[in-house]
Amino acid sequence: MTTVISAHGLRQHYSVSRGFTKQPALLKALDGVSFELERGKTLAVVGESGCGKSTLARLLTMIEAPTSGSLRIVDTDIVGASKVELKALRPRVQMVFQNPYGSLNPRQKIGHALEEPLLVNRVMSADERSAKARSMMQLVGLRREHYDRYPHMFSGGQHQRIAIARALMLEPEILVLDEPVSALDVSIQAQILNLLAELQERLQLAYVFVSHDLSVVRHIADHIMVMYLGRVVEYGTRDEIFNNATHPYTRALLSATPVADPAKKRERIVLKGELPSPLSPPSGCTFRTRCPIAVEKCAQTNPALELKHGHDVACHQV
Amino acid sequence: MALLDIRNLVVEFRTSSGWFRAVDCVSLSVDAGCIHAIVGESGSGKSVAMLAIMGLLPKTAKVTADHVLFDGKDLLAMSARDRRKIIGKDIAMIFQEPMTSLNPCFTVGYQIDEALQAHMDMGKAARKARTLELLDAVGIPDPQSRLSAFPHQFSGGMAQRVMIAMALSCKPKLIIADEPTTALDVTIQAQVLDLMTRLQRETQTTLVLITHSMGVVAETADTVSVHYAGQKVEERTANDLFATPRHPYTAALLAALPERATGRQLKSISGTVPGQFDRPQGCLFAPRCSLAQRVCHTTKPPLDRGVLCHFPLTGPHAP
Repeated sequence: MTTVISAHGLRQHYSVSRGFTKQPALLKALDGVSFELERGKTLAVVGESGCGKSTLARLLTMIEAPTSGSLRIVDTDIVGASKVELKALRPRVQMVFQNPYGSLNPRQKIGHALEEPLLVNRVMSADERSAKARSMMQLVGLRREHYDRYPHMFSGGQHQRIAIARALMLEPEILVLDEPVSALDVSIQAQILNLLAELQERLQLAYVFVSHDLSVVRHIADHIMVMYLGRVVEYGTRDEIFNNATHPYTRALLSATPVADPAKKRERIVLKGELPSPLSPPSGCTFRTRCPIAVEKCAQTNPALELKHGHDVACHQV
Repeated sequence: MALLDIRNLVVEFRTSSGWFRAVDCVSLSVDAGCIHAIVGESGSGKSVAMLAIMGLLPKTAKVTADHVLFDGKDLLAMSARDRRKIIGKDIAMIFQEPMTSLNPCFTVGYQIDEALQAHMDMGKAARKARTLELLDAVGIPDPQSRLSAFPHQFSGGMAQRVMIAMALSCKPKLIIADEPTTALDVTIQAQVLDLMTRLQRETQTTLVLITHSMGVVAETADTVSVHYAGQKVEERTANDLFATPRHPYTAALLAALPERATGRQLKSISGTVPGQFDRPQGCLFAPRCSLAQRVCHTTKPPLDRGVLCHFPLTGPHAP
């Protein structure tokens, strides 16, 4: 299997201005994230708002360069890559957003929206572009006559199909999907998840699937990375995470996800408190303020991500 | 006796191309002290039906019903002034987006106080004491200092707790919660759901929970009604509904959940919810139903023991 993304110790720190009388604060949006992703596989990134999921997506799509760490995409190391190399690399990683309607121009016909990536990045005649757009529409389950329609004429599920089609126009190897189904209804969500699975099989795409819905993640992921305040707290295969979750945060997330079965009354671990401000994270382990099993040691040193119980966990207490 | 009894509620909106029926002959009866969930996809009219009862719809809406009885009084028959005395006091509502429902210009303490001032005959000191008690009850740390905080100083979960405190302020008999946890993170959602069900039990308030999440329904509700395209298609107790759904739409909706999937392919429901112009003649679900027969496309289905279907399912997970 070929590795398409390999990230090591990825860090992204932002300097946040707090007015001119104070020193700017350092926001560690990502603090040492490492993973590898193979062709045709799905990595799910799970975590609540503020955990650094979107920052990770920005780094992977090369919108921003990391503060430190190494990131290798397909065959190029993007740290130190020249502008020309980056330009050639960018089409190979594409993104699908949560709210597809917001990312479509309301005055642009769908066909033209699909052709735009080709217009910018490829040298093709108008006929070739239109032919390619039409065949892509067919691939994602849109009808030919949709080519001349405007975004408002489509439903939420169809918008997401259009967004996926547009992301695939440049034949990327990697798709970064940022909560692609969370705005959709259950019946439509199933259609889109099926489409994604089918496309992955056919085109051997690698997915980075950002989501907070664990039941969706369980269905689609091969590997799962659980994040909390910019750090990876647990990383493993899907079965490892779901059957053998070790980190207290992962366990709380799993138990907090509502299950559609009233007969199954489970012990729910309700975390106390809320996410601390990323500008002043707690000392030591960032999760310790909400952790049910935190001890004194957790306040002093930050646990490293190490192999425990068959997969990587960052916790002193397990 | 039922606290809320709605018979044949119809809500229509005047659009440039004629009347659009958003809620189609919905009947509902909720007993005092229970949690009733209304579940359905977007466009199923679940929110509109509840907004109609609260009188919160715009003027383009036409609301008609045989009756909407709340505690024995017909809400639609009474004058707006009389209704105003009940809405906000005996019936309270919690909305989906706590941040957009709170007024950014006033402190949280002031906004809770406002509800008490409008409906309760209380002195200033008593109102302040009640506000503190409410903020404490919904689990806001250090309520004394938070009284003078503005909504933007709260996180989403905390703002939703303020909304819950506000809804509870006048000790309502009925709370309508419209997707109260949809905008929140998973662990915060668990906290807020726990809080709502605990307070509901303690105060014996009736709760109508509008949601699209089957998981939330399963964990909280006593009874459930499933809505589709403005109609109520099934109404049962939560345990029965999840074990043996009888309407094909309910069954398909449950089968489409990723957690119930067996293989890599999910069982999706083809097509989309009918809109204003492509409303089917017979059963509204017929074009998407895998079990539809000829009669389903031509004749409206009968309501048989809480299920709106010509051919209700009998076995567990029939399709």
